[in-house]
Amino acid sequence: AAALNAKPSGYVLTEKQTSKQDVTSYNNFYEFGTGKGDPINNSGAFKAQPWTVEIGGLVGKPQTIDIETIFKDFPMEERVYRMRCVEAWSMVIPWVGFPLSALLDRVEPLGSAKYVAFETVVRPEEMPGQRGLFQPMNWPYVEGLRLDEARHPLTILATGLYGETLPNQNGAPLRLVVPWKYGFKGIKSIVKITLTEKEPPASWNVMQSNEYGFYANVNPAVDHPRWSQATERQIGEASGLFGGARMNTLPFNGYAEEVAGLYSGMDLTKFY
Amino acid sequence: MAIPTLPARYKPALIWALYAIGLMPGLYAFYLGIFGGLGADPVRTFEHLLGLWALRFLCLGLAVTPARDLLGINLISYRRMLGLLAFYYVLAHFAVYLTLDRGMILSSILGDILKRPYIMLGMAGLVMLIPLAATSNRWSIRQLGPRWNKLHKLVYAIAAAAVLHYALSLKAVTAEPAFYIAVVTLLLGYRLVRSRLMARKRRRRNGTAGTTTRSRA
Repeated sequence: AAALNAKPSGYVLTEKQTSKQDVTSYNNFYEFGTGKGDPINNSGAFKAQPWTVEIGGLVGKPQTIDIETIFKDFPMEERVYRMRCVEAWSMVIPWVGFPLSALLDRVEPLGSAKYVAFETVVRPEEMPGQRGLFQPMNWPYVEGLRLDEARHPLTILATGLYGETLPNQNGAPLRLVVPWKYGFKGIKSIVKITLTEKEPPASWNVMQSNEYGFYANVNPAVDHPRWSQATERQIGEASGLFGGARMNTLPFNGYAEEVAGLYSGMDLTKFY
Repeated sequence: MAIPTLPARYKPALIWALYAIGLMPGLYAFYLGIFGGLGADPVRTFEHLLGLWALRFLCLGLAVTPARDLLGINLISYRRMLGLLAFYYVLAHFAVYLTLDRGMILSSILGDILKRPYIMLGMAGLVMLIPLAATSNRWSIRQLGPRWNKLHKLVYAIAAAAVLHYALSLKAVTAEPAFYIAVVTLLLGYRLVRSRLMARKRRRRNGTAGTTTRSRA
């Protein structure tokens, strides 16, 4: 991973950061396999360079942008966010990235655009989880945000972590980070961004709609049908088996002050 | 099929050695866990691994009968050991859940048990295993007579509960739980066809024996 220049930002959690070792070796990225260690072990052949992202749909200036152009044109910031996985564990990660709104400004969304859809690359020859008999989901992995969520200053496209470009297993070269939502919303290795009028499909929601909603906001009061979301285990807090007490999960993962307003008047037990 | 059999006097020693070997994966994981060798989420990894070994020993125990019927391999004298190993792993799995995972916070544990089907299934498996472990001694077998066999059929329900508990605890049914679901389905499915299968086998054997006799006559 190459070093990245990133200016500090106002969005920095002061909690202890999860070690780089843990952030880069304990991942959910089913394109490389379903085990937590599969992404680091099976992503060696993945080529994150060269890379282009196609941006289109309801925009004034549809375009295909090279990743080098993205690095050149968008000033990178460091954002230290908590990432809360829907499996009830969390990490504190120093991301490097830039606000998604900056990219959206460049393509000039039309007034009719209400949602932003994202798509992950499909390369079975480089991604072992996308080939073979037993594949847990349909490819490409897709995700979506409402346009106001996508434009929120907390929402970033990340290009790195710990001051370096993203390792393959973390979604190189470009991934979404929406810190008040469960981690699966953070779609990785993005090749396509489309502005739409209708709510776009989201992979986990398509697979199990009663378990994973389109919104997927972190909410300790709304349990997953099969397990509680009230508490979480912080990765790396325990040294070995002992000392890793669970912490209480916070509404909107601790970002309620910034984002609760996006959902005023909505029943969050219904729109989970 | 002839497989080498051990002189009877070595059997107890072998069984104790197999207990020790059977407990190794758990002990080794515990050792790794203490020294930070279980990765980023050691509690989950340890808890999961203990549960998985319990399921594996349950499956091995359920494989003893089909192995004897279909392959002629008789491991019946090791079946108690397999069952008890499964029981010890379930106990350890439950203890880790109560302490390291849930930190003995009773409200959260009770809430979990009452609300979550997968936890209920796990608890049901543990509760059903207790009478089986308690009656796994020779005295109980003698006392209970034919009722012992009936009681120990509970293991079918336990295996089903265990594998469902496992599959439901995960975000998606991936290759590994799918494998165990298939194994348990086969092992339990075999029980449904066993009596017919055995009857046919007996008929064939008798039939063949009859022909041989006639042709000799």
